[in-house]
Amino acid sequence: MSNEIMRLKALKKSYNIGMPNEVEVLHGINLTLSVDDFTALVGPSGSGKSTLLNIMGLLDQPTSGELYLHGQATSAMDDLERTQLRGRALGFVFQFHHLIQAFSALDNVLMPLMLHQGKPDNEARDRARALLAAVGLEKLSDRRPNQLSGGQQQRVAIARALATNPALLLADEPTGNLDSKSAEEVFALFRKIQSEHDCAVLLVTHDPRLSAQCDRTINLVDGRIVDAL
Amino acid sequence: MNKLWTEWVIAIAFLREGRMQTFMITIGVAVGVAVIVFVSALIQGLQANVIERTLGTQAHIRLLQPDEVNRLVPVPEGVVQFVNEDKRAQRLRSINNWQQIVAALDERTELTAVSPIVSGPALVLRGEAISSVALVGITLERYQQIVPLQDYMVSGRLSIGADEVLIGSQLAQDLGVRVGSKIRLDTGQQESRVVNIAGIFELGVRELDARYVYLDLRQAQSMLGLIGGVTVIDLRVADIFTAESIAQSIGRLTQLRSESWIMTNSQLMNALSAQSLSTNMIIVFVGISVAFGIASVLSVSVVQRTREIGILRATGASQQQILRVFLLQGALFGLFGSIFGVAASYALVWVFNTFGPGLFYIPVAQSLIVAAVSLATITGVIAAAIPARRAAQLDPVEAIRYV
Ligand SMILES: Nc1ncnc2c1ncn2[C@@H]1O[C@H](COP(=O)(O)OP(=O)(O)O)[C@@H](O)[C@H]1O
Ligand SMILES: [Mg+2]
Repeated sequence: MSNEIMRLKALKKSYNIGMPNEVEVLHGINLTLSVDDFTALVGPSGSGKSTLLNIMGLLDQPTSGELYLHGQATSAMDDLERTQLRGRALGFVFQFHHLIQAFSALDNVLMPLMLHQGKPDNEARDRARALLAAVGLEKLSDRRPNQLSGGQQQRVAIARALATNPALLLADEPTGNLDSKSAEEVFALFRKIQSEHDCAVLLVTHDPRLSAQCDRTINLVDGRIVDAL
Repeated sequence: MNKLWTEWVIAIAFLREGRMQTFMITIGVAVGVAVIVFVSALIQGLQANVIERTLGTQAHIRLLQPDEVNRLVPVPEGVVQFVNEDKRAQRLRSINNWQQIVAALDERTELTAVSPIVSGPALVLRGEAISSVALVGITLERYQQIVPLQDYMVSGRLSIGADEVLIGSQLAQDLGVRVGSKIRLDTGQQESRVVNIAGIFELGVRELDARYVYLDLRQAQSMLGLIGGVTVIDLRVADIFTAESIAQSIGRLTQLRSESWIMTNSQLMNALSAQSLSTNMIIVFVGISVAFGIASVLSVSVVQRTREIGILRATGASQQQILRVFLLQGALFGLFGSIFGVAASYALVWVFNTFGPGLFYIPVAQSLIVAAVSLATITGVIAAAIPARRAAQLDPVEAIRYV
């Protein structure tokens, strides 16, 4: 029980509530993620994977049900509390390596720390450099995102997601936009992170070769979990 | 403060990245601020000049004996009284107890000068020429604090000893006299008296230069038949725009007729306040268009940066932080724009003062610059409020998906 990071209880999500095109996308999800989980979330397009991940990342709110983070119920929290919890406990990686173009790779990695504590101290800078080194980009830390390849940008995004030392890293099709070689590298990086940073990983992927390498696979079909292992 | 550091860094990075927009809106703000500062300085300079000229030759407040009126016999309640009265001719009378009044006024700190004066009509005779003049009997030390006569002397000495007078340049010309000439003064009281012209002044107001004859208070008193009396007390106040309220309070206290320069120059004051009103309208409307410029540039920027706002939110930025990032951008537009604008207006003022018509000098008050820069910065923040709120309230999920 103390191993639990996140627990979803009867979690539902509807869009366009109260309108004629109201649609329920998630129909009561029950799910528990533990400290050392390395999980793949798979399912056909439109099955609700991104919706689920956004809710787990506290970017979006469920219509009903409850999400516990470190045993703490989150549905009653206001935006600021959820923002702070997100900044502290969760890292996010998107399909399209979303970096801020106006900042260098290093500053992008520093961003979660700066947003949390203001002007970064030496410790924060060292940490950001170490993370860039961990993703193999120590030499490119001053480059702007548009001076990096897709795979490099995605690795910067991963380093950024790790900046606050999150307990859970959520990745929405992090390799979906990469060629298969970069995809392999990025996937290996997630593996390395999970073992070296004590950080649970949940990643959405369409690639059966990648999901096969995960410890656990969650199958989402039409907003329901099917044979979760 | 350390918390705001990150918002600063992001705001500045955004501004630098949107170089063209930043540049253009900064120029826009600068032009607006330059117009505001220049027009304000111009009008301030113009009005200060007009007031200075007006007040250079007159007291801020004059205290006079109230007019004599007919006293009517009181009638019982309910009785209608028909009165057929002739208004009384106003003879020259002295202000009662003027020494005590002057002593009391000397104590008041809001007054910078108090000068008792005896003033009355006379005729000047020289040969065939006759001119009607106003005798102004003064104590030189006191009167000079009201009108700095030494600044207006064109020839002779500033001296009003026994049988010495100062006359205006126009009168000198009318009579064909110079310093050292003698003229005869007739007040209709006793036998006329011959005096020496010690000096000639030019106040720059034709009417005064043709009519004023300054002489010693005692001598004027005896010539006008008002031994020991004065007819006017001239006052100067520290803040000229408080003259009217001070005049009213002194009028109540002394029971004298009390006229401030604001009352006696009401036409001028009306003109000046109409001018100020139109200047303020220009300032307000230029300010509004600057504000709309900033608001529209930031609105566009919020749309352009929707995705980045979403990323920042996902990376741990709170709504408040996003709000501040955009408010700061508005503030920076206002700040930088106004700094450039102030510099430009300095250049304009310099050109005006150096090559302009030279009618008057435009000073640029430091307070005006501080006010312009801080108002522009505040305007920037206010203008940014709506776009910043919209940025803060973007749904992060929608924003990230935005292309
Ligand atoms: N903002 C939205 N409004 C309405 N429907 C939405 C919205 N976002 C997603 N959906 C719908 O929810 C379903 C699940 O979407 P999504 O979570 O993106 O699926 P996946 O990531 O598995 O492809 C889809 O049918 C999609 O059309
Ligand atoms: Mg998806």
